[in-house]
Amino acid sequence: MASNTRSKTMVLLLFVQLCFLLFSSSIAFSPGSAEGYTINGRVKIESMGAQEFILPGKISNIKIILNGGQRVTFLRPDGYFSFHNVPAGTHLIEVDAIGYFFSPVRVDYYEIREPFSIMSIVKSPMGLMMGFMLIVVFLMPKLMENVDPEEMRRAQEEMRNQGVPTLASLLPGAGRSS
Amino acid sequence: MAIRFFLVLLLFTSCTKYSFSLYEDQVGLMDWHQQYIGKVKHAVFHTQKTGRKRVLVSTEENVVASLDLRRGEIFWRHVLGIDDVIDGLDIAQGKYAITLSSDGSLLRAWNLPDGQMVWESLLQGSKPSKSILNVLATQKVEMDNVILVFGYGCLHAVSSIDGEVLWRTDFVAKSRIAGLRSNIAIINVHDGEISYQQTVIAEFVEDTSEKAVILPSRISGMFALELNSLIIFIKLTDKGKLVVVDKVTNAAAIGDALLISEGQNAFALVQHGVGKIHLTVKDGHDWSIDLLKESTVMDPQRGKVNKNFINNYVQTNRAHGFRALIVMEDHSLLLVQQGEIVWRREDGLASVVDVVTSKLPVEKVGVSVAKVEQNLFEWLKGHLLKLKGTLMLASPEDVVAIQAMRLRSSEKSKMTRDHNGFRKLLIVLTRAGKLFALHTRDGRVIWSVLLRSLCKSETCEQPVALNVYQWQVPHHHAMDENPSVLVIGRCRPSFDAPNFLSFVDTYTGREVNSLGLVQSITQIIPLLYTDSTEQRLHLLIDINQQAYLYPKMPEAIAIMQHEFSNVYWYSVDVDNDIIKGHALKSNCVHEVVDEYCFNFRDLWSVVFPPESENIIATVTRKSNEVVHTQTKAMAEQDIMYKYISRNLLFVATVAPKARGEIGTASPEESWLVVYLIETVTGRILHRMVHHGSQGPVHAVFSENWVVYHYFNLRAHKYEISVIEIYDQSRADNKDVRKLILGKHNLTSPISSYSRPEVITKSHSYFFTHSVKAIAVTSTAKGITSKQLLIGTIGDQVLALDKRYLDLRRSVNPTQAEKEEGVIPLTDSLLIIPQSYITHSLKVEGLRGIVTVPAKLESTSLVFAYGVDLFFTRMAPSRTYDSLTEDFSYALLLITIVALIAAIFVTWVLSERKELQEKWR
Repeated sequence: MASNTRSKTMVLLLFVQLCFLLFSSSIAFSPGSAEGYTINGRVKIESMGAQEFILPGKISNIKIILNGGQRVTFLRPDGYFSFHNVPAGTHLIEVDAIGYFFSPVRVDYYEIREPFSIMSIVKSPMGLMMGFMLIVVFLMPKLMENVDPEEMRRAQEEMRNQGVPTLASLLPGAGRSS
Repeated sequence: MAIRFFLVLLLFTSCTKYSFSLYEDQVGLMDWHQQYIGKVKHAVFHTQKTGRKRVLVSTEENVVASLDLRRGEIFWRHVLGIDDVIDGLDIAQGKYAITLSSDGSLLRAWNLPDGQMVWESLLQGSKPSKSILNVLATQKVEMDNVILVFGYGCLHAVSSIDGEVLWRTDFVAKSRIAGLRSNIAIINVHDGEISYQQTVIAEFVEDTSEKAVILPSRISGMFALELNSLIIFIKLTDKGKLVVVDKVTNAAAIGDALLISEGQNAFALVQHGVGKIHLTVKDGHDWSIDLLKESTVMDPQRGKVNKNFINNYVQTNRAHGFRALIVMEDHSLLLVQQGEIVWRREDGLASVVDVVTSKLPVEKVGVSVAKVEQNLFEWLKGHLLKLKGTLMLASPEDVVAIQAMRLRSSEKSKMTRDHNGFRKLLIVLTRAGKLFALHTRDGRVIWSVLLRSLCKSETCEQPVALNVYQWQVPHHHAMDENPSVLVIGRCRPSFDAPNFLSFVDTYTGREVNSLGLVQSITQIIPLLYTDSTEQRLHLLIDINQQAYLYPKMPEAIAIMQHEFSNVYWYSVDVDNDIIKGHALKSNCVHEVVDEYCFNFRDLWSVVFPPESENIIATVTRKSNEVVHTQTKAMAEQDIMYKYISRNLLFVATVAPKARGEIGTASPEESWLVVYLIETVTGRILHRMVHHGSQGPVHAVFSENWVVYHYFNLRAHKYEISVIEIYDQSRADNKDVRKLILGKHNLTSPISSYSRPEVITKSHSYFFTHSVKAIAVTSTAKGITSKQLLIGTIGDQVLALDKRYLDLRRSVNPTQAEKEEGVIPLTDSLLIIPQSYITHSLKVEGLRGIVTVPAKLESTSLVFAYGVDLFFTRMAPSRTYDSLTEDFSYALLLITIVALIAAIFVTWVLSERKELQEKWR
């Protein structure tokens, strides 16, 4: 049991990034290449002692297992690995290296949220409402400034007569055209 | 007196010094490990002038390996994923092994000396197709070899330095390579243009009633057709015409072409003879020249030659010599050179289908044990060495000598039964239809037999080896009979194919009897009854809903008539999600009454709604499991009665959406439901739903508990749950007064018909890893505590004490509970590195774990199989009933001698003192 009892610190760093690969929709139906996500990661073994580094022969025996044996891949000499054509969803990556313990790594793939942009906010209904309100708050007083006091008074009277105030009647020139 | 005390102390320390786990020097003492690769599909030789000569192979077990060409040992080996089937193998640049896998979509390069993966490249295409790998050979090493890959309907050119795809061409529109059987199409690929030419086979052979098969071969300008067990060699002339070169009968395997020198290539042809194989190496250009013709004696138990690969070398007389790597029908791999078998590998053992064990013969009176034992002096010397080792006085040479002595101990590998029941035969059925008997001491093959009925023949195109059953285990009476096993196979993988039975003597490996092509059997039920020769009665349920009794002997019928109403069984229909219980009804009447055939009726059925529950796992108790105690001590001197029944079935069902792989279903739409079903009455004793969980479910049933492993989607972790079932109707028996007055129901018979009052208790724990198999240790009397054996995703076997899954675990156990060994409750199960019973070894491609009780109660034998085989024996509660192998007899002797000496000395001293007293 000597090999197991010797404690070594092992840090697993998985820089898992999901790259979206572009596929045409016609391919998406064919089996085998139905999905196109790639999981890239790296297994990093950090040793405490400077001279105690992992033997190259050992690295070649490390296996990376996706979803409990659904797929198996191996490490490249630099410690990187990748799984191709992984469907969207939640996945579990396990590292099998004898003499070491790795916690399984959970990888979630969600649909990519669009990056934040002013336009997306402006385009949304809330944005449109906000925009309209801003216009009303800031532009209306300025519009009111230009209105002639007499005409204003007349318009107010007209409003009282009609009962229903309309926006058009408040605007300059509205009274003139009517 | 001080010395005596010291010695006694020493004796105690030497006795108590045992541990839960293994010491480094115990490795290989109780366990053995064998590495295999499986049936070889491709082989590429790598025999440059300098350095080690090796052969690269890829196998049907998805293994890529580099073997030593001199001895057949494995330099390195990688087992790819289950779906990652290797389609092509080659060497690029003289330093990389290139594999093409996953239907031609994954190209990997492995470093030749150490097997490190250098690069991996994904090749994408649009349509699945046959895949072909071809490394363009350039003579200059520094040049970049281009690898041409055809896969997914696309031709890719890949750089062999870094795996970069240089260019690709889509062939989808023009792909007409597959599907031509009666015509031969010649496809010329030249500068991306393709031209076809079709020829009808009837031009070459008169009788074309059968479809011709193009044999996979890579002989340039020539190909072979297999037709009516005749092999026709057809040569393609320069003008695109086809010419028949030769017709060979009795041929077995044709190898690929080999370039032996500039412009000269050769290929090998193997033909069968009587007890021999004939290897002929032909010149690729001139058919009349035989470069080599030799015969090799071949064990008939290896069957026919399936494949051959040749390699040339320059002999001392500057002539070409050839060596051939031959794959036999039993999946073994042989290297033949100059008519001799240089080495052989039993790679059929990489695909074990089923395992049973058999006892070895009892030692006869005439056989002397004394020959095995050394003389007393050597024995004492050995033990003194061991003593030195125990006292840490041994020099490194001594340590080596001790280790060698332990391993050598011939006592352990004898071919007779031992007192502790450690020596047994493992009867192993492989996919190739070969039955092996392995000795549990060192795993050597005692005998092997290729079952004729399981070989490919005209009546059986694709025979499948299914199971091995204990047929005859003589122990009390019929001691003169040899034990035998029943092997069941099927003609085709489908369920309606005819089956065949074979009976094999486990001492000699002789096929005693075989019944070819009986009905299509769906289920085999070993009954509890045996006849006077200890042959176990079996019911074979066929596809026409009839049960056939075996052995077909009048005695069996007599037993059956007596026990007619006591035979119950169940069947699981996974496709329709139905579980049914059956009982025998009457004899069948075909034309006359067939006494060995019975009709049966359905007693009950449990129908799961297919739209919400699909069966994914069913587990029962082992029929030969022994339970020692009915009770379990709970807290505060309370006891509970275990509900122990042979007829309990554990069923796990999942939501249809959760059937897929992890990550495909959301927690809301997946659930796992577990049931405990009484299989005589069909009563559901327990039902529990795990919301947001899914399979795969691995479960083990023992005594009154089930342990199962599944995936919890909400926590996104694996979980292990335990269900224990207790009998409440017997709970009143705890009252001592009632017991004394005899008012208890402990002696009342337990019936499956009665409605039991049961309560179940359950606990769940997180478990870090995926699991490939779960088993539990089994001991002769069931007294020893149990350990779960978990085959982890890393292909190791982890022993987990059942105490970790004990229902009595609480967050803060009381002092009394701690003394009883109750472990504080944790939410996840801790993995102790020392509890890997495979220690630093891996059982690559682990598929199953089998446990067998030894005769010694404390010990259980464990056999794990996959691509590798691993055997060990383990003592879950330590070997409390026997002295360990480390026990120093020398120390004991010395102590006794010292004690006697001390007695004498003290006696003399006291005598003298007494005398002095008297003189005074």
